This record gives sequence, C-alpha cells and structure tokens, in this order.
Amino acid sequence: MTSKPRGQFVRLAETGRRPITLTIDGVARTALAGDTLLTAILVNGRCVRRSEFGGDGAVAGAPRAGFCVMGACQDCWVSLDDGRRVRACTTFAENGMKVRTAHGG
Amino acid sequence: MVAERLPPVIVGAGPAGTRAAETLVHAGLRPIVIDEAPSNGGQIYRRQPSGFTRPGKALYGFEASRAAALFGAFDRLAGSIDHRPNTLVWSIRPGSIGAGLMHLVSSERANALPFDQVIFATGATDRVIPLPGWTLPGVFTLGGAQVALKYQGCAIGQRTAFVGTGPLLYLVAYQYAKAGAKVAAVLDTAPLSAKLRALPGLSANAQATARGLYYLFWLRSRGVPVQLGIHPLAIEGRDGVTAIAWRDPHGGSHATPCDAVAMGYGLRSETQLADLAEVPFAWDALHRQWLPTRDAAGRTPVAGIYLAGDGGGALGADAAELAGERVALALLQDRGAADNGRSHADRIAAINRRLDRYLRFRRGLERAFPFPAHLAGDLADETLLCRCEGITAGEVRRAVREFGAHEINRAKAFSRVGMGRCQGRMCGPAAAEIVAGALGVPIEQAGRLRAQAPVKPLPMAAVLDDAAASARHG
Repeated sequence: MTSKPRGQFVRLAETGRRPITLTIDGVARTALAGDTLLTAILVNGRCVRRSEFGGDGAVAGAPRAGFCVMGACQDCWVSLDDGRRVRACTTFAENGMKVRTAHGG
Repeated sequence: MVAERLPPVIVGAGPAGTRAAETLVHAGLRPIVIDEAPSNGGQIYRRQPSGFTRPGKALYGFEASRAAALFGAFDRLAGSIDHRPNTLVWSIRPGSIGAGLMHLVSSERANALPFDQVIFATGATDRVIPLPGWTLPGVFTLGGAQVALKYQGCAIGQRTAFVGTGPLLYLVAYQYAKAGAKVAAVLDTAPLSAKLRALPGLSANAQATARGLYYLFWLRSRGVPVQLGIHPLAIEGRDGVTAIAWRDPHGGSHATPCDAVAMGYGLRSETQLADLAEVPFAWDALHRQWLPTRDAAGRTPVAGIYLAGDGGGALGADAAELAGERVALALLQDRGAADNGRSHADRIAAINRRLDRYLRFRRGLERAFPFPAHLAGDLADETLLCRCEGITAGEVRRAVREFGAHEINRAKAFSRVGMGRCQGRMCGPAAAEIVAGALGVPIEQAGRLRAQAPVKPLPMAAVLDDAAASARHG
C-alpha cells in the first residue's frame, strides 16, 4: 500500500469526469478522462522528470515538473512502457497507460 | 487557372488563423489548416477537452462572446476547409521555382506537403526572465498557469504567487482567485509611476484598460497583496516551491510563502517557421525581438509566405483576428483570384486603420509594464539560464569574454545555450540580454538566435517515416 502523495496541481473544477487508472512509476494512480499526462502526474505527485544535465550551479538529476504547459518548453517529456517518449502536456492520459517519470530514461 | 494551384495553407488555428481561413473560404478556396492542438482556438481561446462542462463565461470571462463568435466562425468552416489538428509543421523549404515543401508530423506519422502559399499564424508564448529556483517543480509560465485552469480545471498549486509584468499577470491572478484558488501575491516589476505615465497611450483601448483596472481592484478588494515596482530575488525550495523572495522599491526584503509560482514578462512571438522559410528578420524595438519582415498587409519578402497575428509581434487576440482577415485578402490579391481586387484593397486599408489603434495601445502597455531587461542582463553568474542544457548565465558570459563570441549564435556554439530541446524559446530573450551586456553593445547588436529544423523534438518513428515520405516527393 502506498499512501497518496501530495500533488502539485489542485483540481478546482470539472471533477465529475469518468475516473481512469494509470500506472505511474509502477504504482496505480487515479486520474480523470480528459486529463493530460501532465495533469495526471501532477495531481498525484510533484515531479515529472529529472534533468539530464548539470553544470556549474546546476544539478543533474534535479526534479522538473514542466513549465509552459503548451508544448513549447519541452520540459515534460516522459517515457511510456511501450517504448514511446511523449510530451506530457500535449498527450491525453489513457486508462491502463504505464508512465515512467523520475526513473525513466 | 486558379483551379490548378495548390490550396493555400494556414499554420495555426487561433484568432488569426481562423479569420484567415474564413476569408479564404468566402473567396471560394478550400485552405488546409494545420494546428498542433486537438481543437481550434489557439492559446488564449483554448477550448477545453470534450466531456468538460464549464460555460464560456467561466473560461473566457469578458471575452466569452468574442470566443463564442470565433468558435462559431471556425465550426461553420467544417467541410469547407481541410483541418489537420494534432499536426506539427517541423520544417519547411521555400520553393525557388514552383512549390515549396512542408514537413508535417501527426501522431508519429510523417507527411510532406507541397505548397505555394502559406500563412503563418503561429502565435506567441510567454517571455521569461530566469531567476534562481525557476526550474523547481511548481514554477510555471503565466500562460501555462492559465492553460492548467482553462484546459484542465486545475490550479498549479494550493497557494500561487504571480510574478513578472504585463496584463496577463493580473488576468491570470484574477482568474485563479475567481475560480477559488488561493493567490499568495501579485508581484509586478513595473512601478506605479510607469502605469500613470502610460495612461494617454492606454486610452487607445479604454475597454481593455478598464478591465485591467477592474482585475487589479478586484484582487486588492479581496485582500490579495498586489505589490508594484518589486525586484524578484529567488524562488525558494528544494524539491518544490516553498516561497518567493523579493525586494520592495524601498529596499526591504520579503519572502512570500507559496507552493507554486506563475511567471512571465509579456509575450514572445513564435517565429521559427518564418526563419526556416528564409524570411528576412528585422529588429523590433517595441517587442524587443527580431521579427520576420512583412508589408502592411502581412506579405513577407519571400513569395508565397505570409504572416498574421501574434507570431509577428504580439498585439493580442482582437488584433490577430483583424490581421488574419487582412493577410488572407493579400494572399487572394497575389493569387489573382479576386475579380474585385479594388474592394480587397479598400478592406485592407480599413483594417489597417483599426489595427493602428491596437499598435498605439501596445505602445501604452509597454510603458505601463516595461520589460525589465536589466533583470536578465544582471543575472548572477551562477543562475541557471538554459533549463534544457543546464547552462548558467556565467557560462554564456564566459563564451563572450574568454572565447570571443561576438553574437548570440557564437555564444550558443561555445556554451550550448539555446541548443536544447526548446531551441531557446525559454532562455533566448534573457540570453540575448546577457550577451549584449557582456559585449557592452545595444541588444539589437547581440544578434538573432537562428531556428533549426525540427522546430520541436520528433519521435524517432516520425523521423524514419519522413525519410520515406520525402523520398516519394523527390
């Protein structure tokens, strides 16, 4: 049993939609039909991916959770278990999807 | 003769793209409308996914009737246009003689589209100035915070601070508070004196000005702290946001607790496709950005390439609708399709008179919410500037001072700034200020970050598919 972690996004409206279940980093999570993957991940947690690059002052592996939410910044790419890499803010979450965030490559 | 030509292509289905398509359909053409989003509307009038039930008033506020009119116009074009949603134009090659070629990708399938006339209505995204902590989970652009609410019914946090400047700062904070979210503070870098000085210019659009003031007073009346003339210092936190630190105009330091930050300093036009299509650019002092050159109707110097809306300098959605109609009329004139060329010219002139008002208003906005270029130029060496590649401001300065980069593309080659997945969309404006500062030259002499194909990352499956598609087109 894993307790539900604190989410970054907070639902304010449109909560009557059909629930769907997807797996995020191996754990079954609930989202709603019409959620983007970014929303599905961020109502269930605070991290979407880890930065690949470090530099002076920048830490490789630092947590990221998207930024522009409109497909411009490219900071919310995640891996699906079927091998696809997708941009979370422009991809709808689907029932049964298996997503890897922090542990994804 | 007209029937032998390729159908005109419109890239973008926001306010400009919609009105351009409508005008072309009225002239008897069947344009191809390509859009990255699943449904039309663009960013400001983004439509919520199917199954969502909020009424237009809840989503678009005072702009609900304009949004409804625009959606109605687009919906009436169904069957008269070739609408291709969920489709990215990732590269384009202008035709020297005859057709150019556009490279498309849609759900991992690539496609090459020959064209001879294209309108870019590619819009804009937030203009960002980095600060320490800006890559923490919980920090989003103002536009992104608005998308989360409009498109997903979510706030970006339990308690959101809004920082930056421009009309969107107040609009999104108001939309959040109105939807029931907790707004920790509105922190505007522009001082009150700038707003008072701007009043004459803002009078060019009294309605928009009145709405902006309404948002400000509405927020204040509900106890939301609204601070003017602030200097943002850092976003604090380890694995997420815990506070935003800022300095007031008298030098006092503050830390406002919050778990999310929405930031933005006006808008930055999306110009990559015009660049790949070899349109010449010119420095635009008002938008503080290099923009594709075009004539008074939206024709670029490259035959068959047209431009409308915020992608050629952000003047807002209302102006984009007018510019979309105008550029379509210009395209029709060039096509020789119009037997009523005189009336097209009259209509273009009438639209230009109306657009002049939006340009005056935009100048007023720049006075009310001046872009604080010094915040970018003065970024501390250790501050992360490029979030894709993890490049600091200091590394870019070193590229200039130690490796002799004399403009931004050389600085990019030496430091990798702007070379990452976003192609400088997020760091580009600030990187240019840093290069200019390190060189000791005015910003327009720092050069222009050139676009590269693909304009956005592609799935490998699409790249392979495109190779096959291109082979078919020779």
